[in-house]
Formats: sequence, C-alpha cells, structure tokens
Amino acid sequence: MSTDRHAGKPILLQGNAAVALGALDAGVQFFGGYPITPSTEIAEILSEELPKRGDKFIQMEDEIGSIASVLGASIAGLKAMTATSGPGFSLMQENIGFGMEAEIPCVIVDVQRGGPSTGLPTSPAQGDIMQARWGTHGDHPVIALYPDSILECYELTIRAFNLAEKYRTPVILLMDEVLAHMRESVVLPAKDKLKIIRRIKPNVPPEWYKHYKNNPKYISPVASFGEGYRFHITGLTHDESGFPTNRHDEAKDMMDRLLKKITDNLDDLIQIEPFYMEDAEIAIFAAGVVARSAKEAILQARKKGIKVGLIRPLTIWPFPDQDVEDMLESTKAVIIAEMNQGQLINEVKRVTKYGQHNRFYRIQKYNGLVITPEEILQKIAEVA
Amino acid sequence: MRNIPQKVIHQYLRHDKKFPHVWCAGCGNGIILGDLLRAIYNLGLEKDDIAMVSGIGCSSRMPVYVDFNTLHTTHGRAIAFATGIKMAKPELKVIVITGDGDATAIGGNHFIHAARRNIDLTIIVINNNIYGMTGGQCSPTTPIGKFATTAPYGSIEPNFDICELAKCAGASFVARSTAYHTTETRTIFEKALMKKGCSVVEVISQCPVSYGKMNNTSSPVKMLEMQRDGTLMREAYDKLPEDKRQGKIIRGILYDIEKPEFIDQYQALVDRVSKPIQVKESGKTSKPTSQECEV
Repeated sequence: MSTDRHAGKPILLQGNAAVALGALDAGVQFFGGYPITPSTEIAEILSEELPKRGDKFIQMEDEIGSIASVLGASIAGLKAMTATSGPGFSLMQENIGFGMEAEIPCVIVDVQRGGPSTGLPTSPAQGDIMQARWGTHGDHPVIALYPDSILECYELTIRAFNLAEKYRTPVILLMDEVLAHMRESVVLPAKDKLKIIRRIKPNVPPEWYKHYKNNPKYISPVASFGEGYRFHITGLTHDESGFPTNRHDEAKDMMDRLLKKITDNLDDLIQIEPFYMEDAEIAIFAAGVVARSAKEAILQARKKGIKVGLIRPLTIWPFPDQDVEDMLESTKAVIIAEMNQGQLINEVKRVTKYGQHNRFYRIQKYNGLVITPEEILQKIAEVA
Repeated sequence: MRNIPQKVIHQYLRHDKKFPHVWCAGCGNGIILGDLLRAIYNLGLEKDDIAMVSGIGCSSRMPVYVDFNTLHTTHGRAIAFATGIKMAKPELKVIVITGDGDATAIGGNHFIHAARRNIDLTIIVINNNIYGMTGGQCSPTTPIGKFATTAPYGSIEPNFDICELAKCAGASFVARSTAYHTTETRTIFEKALMKKGCSVVEVISQCPVSYGKMNNTSSPVKMLEMQRDGTLMREAYDKLPEDKRQGKIIRGILYDIEKPEFIDQYQALVDRVSKPIQVKESGKTSKPTSQECEV
C-alpha cells in the first residue's frame, strides 16, 4: 500500500489510503481500531506509519474498546480517530454518544457496507446515513461528512479533524465501499498549505477552570488530563464544571449548548456542491459514489438538451436544509438517488415542505450494486 | 492560627463538590476509597499525576469525590478508556475503579485483554457479589445458591474467581483483600500502584442493602465479620490441611511477577521503527526508497 506523499505531482491512491494520509497530514496522534471490511486498510496503514512518528496505534479487542480508547486518548490531549464499517459502527454507538455528551473531539470513519447485520461485507451501500445521525440514544446534533472522490477522502478527513477540534465533538466521515477500495490519480496539496486546527486550550489558573464553561460561542476551551487542570468528565448530564446534576435548568443548558454550537455555525459546517444547477429544471440529489454516476448522467442528458443538475452534500449532517430548499425552489422535479431503501428522500421532502414540491422521484438500489449513470439517465428521461 | 488536625483523606476530596456521596449506609466503598487515598498519600503521589477512571455502578461513582483527573465512563468500558489515556500520557498513574459486574460481565473482554497486554494500569475491582446500583441483580460473582432480584430461586451459575481470571489472562500483579482488612488493603494498594504492569486488586466488599436484603445478611457489621472469618492470608491458607480449606477465600498478594509491560513494548517499537533508514556501505539504503515504492 503506497502512502508516499508527493505534493503537486499526481499519485495513484486508494480511498482508504487517502483517508489514512489525510489523518496523518491532519496530525492524528492516536488510532484505536478493530479490523472490519471494508475499512481495514486505514488501520493497516496507520499501524505502519504512526509508530514511525512516535504516535500511537492500538488494535483493540473490539469496536467498543476501540472508540473508548480513542475517547480516552483525546481526553489525554491527543488527536484521535478510529475507522470501522457498519456492524462495528453499530457497536461504537453508545460511546459515540459519550463523546457527544462529554464533548470529546475525535474522528470516526464509517466505510458503509450492505446491511442489516453483517449484510454484504464487500459490497457498497448507503444504509448508515441515518445511523450516523441517530445511531446513539438521546438527541443531539451530529457532524458527518461525505466524500465522492479519492481526493475528497483526503480533504474531508482533514476537515473532519478540524471540525472535531474546533467544535469539540466527535465527527463522522461516511464513505462508500466503492470509494474505499477504488484508486484514482490525485494531486495532493503541499503540507504547508494545509489549514490545521487544534482545540482551544484554557488560559486561566487551574482553580478557575471549568471544563464546560458556557460562553456565547457555546464551545469552551478544553484542558487535557495531566496538564494540571484537575476536572471531572462523565457521560451523565453535568453542570459546567463537569459534575453530574439532576437540576432541570442545568440539564437544559447542557443540551442547548450541544445543539447551538452546531446550529449557530451552519455557514461554517455546511458544504454542498451544486453541479449544473444554474438553469436546472430537474434536480438530482445524491451523495458519495451515486453523485459520480449522477454527474455522468447529467453530462449525457445535457447533450440531449435536458436541463438537469445535481445537488451533492459534502456535509450530510447537519443536513443542508436551507441550500437544498433554495436550489430546489426553481426546479420542476427532483430525483433522489441513493443506495438504500430511502433515507435521504425524507430529508429532502422535509426541507422542501412536504407536499408543495410534489414531483419527487426516487432511485433506490440496495442489492450491493452501485447506481449506474444509465439508470439515472433513464429516470431523467422519464421525468423530463 | 490554630492548627486544625485534618484527616489525611481530606486533602484528596473535592470539598466544594457533590457531597453527600451516593453510597448507602454500611457500604464498603467509602472504606476502600479511604484506603486508596491513604496509599496515595503514603506514596507521595501528586494529584496531577493521577487519572482515575471508572465505569458504571456504585463504586464507579468514586471519581466524583476525589481531586484528581477523573473520568466516569460507560458501563464496562473504564479499562478501554484507561488504555487510551495511558497510551496518550504514559507518565500518568492510571487507576481504574470498577465493580464485579462492570469488570467481569459487560467489561469482561476489556478486563482480560488489559491483563493480556500487561498494560500499566491499577485495576481495583470492588466485589460485592451483586449489582448494587440497579438494585440487587445477580452478577458473575454471585455465589451459587445465593439470591438476587434476578435469581429469585437462587443463582445456578458458577461464579468467576476474579483473581484467577486476571492471573490466567496475564496480569503481572494480582491481589485480594476485603473492606474489613483496611491496613492490608492499603498496603496492597501501595504495591499495586508502584507495580509496572497490569495490577488487579480484588477487594471484597459488603452490600448490606442489595445483597444483604436478599440473603439474610442485612447487617453491615455481620457482613464485615463474615469477611474476617471467611478469608485467610495466603500464608495461613497454605498451612491448612486440604479438608479445612473448603470455603475459605485467600487474601494477600496472590501473584507478582516481572514481565514485559505494554507501554514499554510500544516505546521500544517506536524506537526501533522511527530510527532513520540505515545507509549501507554501497550507498544504497537497506529499505526501498520512496521512488522505488511509487505505484
């Protein structure tokens, strides 16, 4: 597995290798994981690269231990990540919730595979979109990113680390199996051109420090274990010093902070790629590899004079409500193409005020195969 | 100014924090925490250098009360969180506080693997033979025939010997004490804290409220007396004839060996692979260069 980095020169890179490279360039210092297809190359590469840099790699006994070790390492100050796939992602959910509640920065890569259960281990699917959003119990917002190319696997991994550190929260990178295992020629940016964000450290004396001190931006500076700030972290509802509380006002404050640090920063968090949407009468909504098929279908349809475009979310959560609504306003119909039984379609319907935009078309494929450009083209012809 | 005599443990408690504690009257958790704090005091450890990690359960509420770096995790996962902390900051003294259910039921996998790795953690398993916080359900250490809210006809499952489990899985320091034998417990804690490697200390404790009420021993004093009468120091036990050993539980340091420790092994690996590539006499490197690797 080549992970040689040549800034400015094209190299042939696999999706999982691009994630590993992105993590290394983002400054990952800890990887705790458990092997699962189709995500294993990420662990394999990092097991080789991290010790070379004096950083930490551990293959834990299971996925629950993996995410727990990642959270522990982050609490002790390291940039930490794990990578897994469907069944492993399910096992991690309780502790992902812990990371949300206790506001611990880390990155979780979920290379999606067919499901439910062990499903289709080596085949692509987009069935974890809702698991990424609602997998853990309780309610809280989530940041999840969705690349559609090998270069984007690299870029969005760095972005995932940056957002995790900036917003003090676990961030999920959702990937398609196809993307994880295909190879593409990419040109990586020079390392010194990368913008790398690190968590804000407190600058108050230890006795003044409060681990969850509320401020207008809802993101308080974060001390690490072993730095002389002695504080308490718990998965229980806590007050701003981190201690468990049953007080209703403090419970609400905590929940509000979790929500508002995301909803107040949508402009920073949301990334969306419109493709030929300027004059589109028909819009396609698709993420990941399906968007690649859609782009090809659009180019072919445009040759036939059909005005069709694509909306592709790079940030899948929080859902780009406003952008999708605005872009769909001027279109006559929308085709939602996804490799599941219908997870994104309900989101698109929700943001377009269900019922007002009554021309919804769906392409849903969940047999372990990718939606092809031909299938999308056929649907475009049907709709046009 | 008058010198007010203070108990040793007071300097480790979070005075302004969440007291009174959650434990029931007669519980052994407070006694054991006192032993641990005295051990820490005797060793002269700095508060900043200690990370205390727990899972879920009565004993797992312990970190709230003490002035260290403290972490209260999900049920059964304390050891896995602690593994991440220890790898990230090897200089920290990482203490895991866990109960019998937390460590050997839901957390059994992490428990045996921490022992297998021999990672430098001090794991204190407070064993009261019951799930106390959820109200008295049976645990993997509830003895056969004993009652619990989920074993209303008496438990039919054989129970774990936590010390044997830890030893067989690979821990390099294994000891057992009770809430009754506080001086012994403190001494064992001191040794466990100074041991480089995975140390497991099982402390038998009483739960008069949940275990006791189901098993006709709701007096804490009676339960402490049972710890006194039902256990023997290892040396005394070894001298007993076979027929008199029946039903006696051994106390003391049961296992203490030197073996490679995980963090050390990892550092050795880092030292080995992070060295610059050796240049051979011919001027060619011993490893393929990046150009040769290029796809």
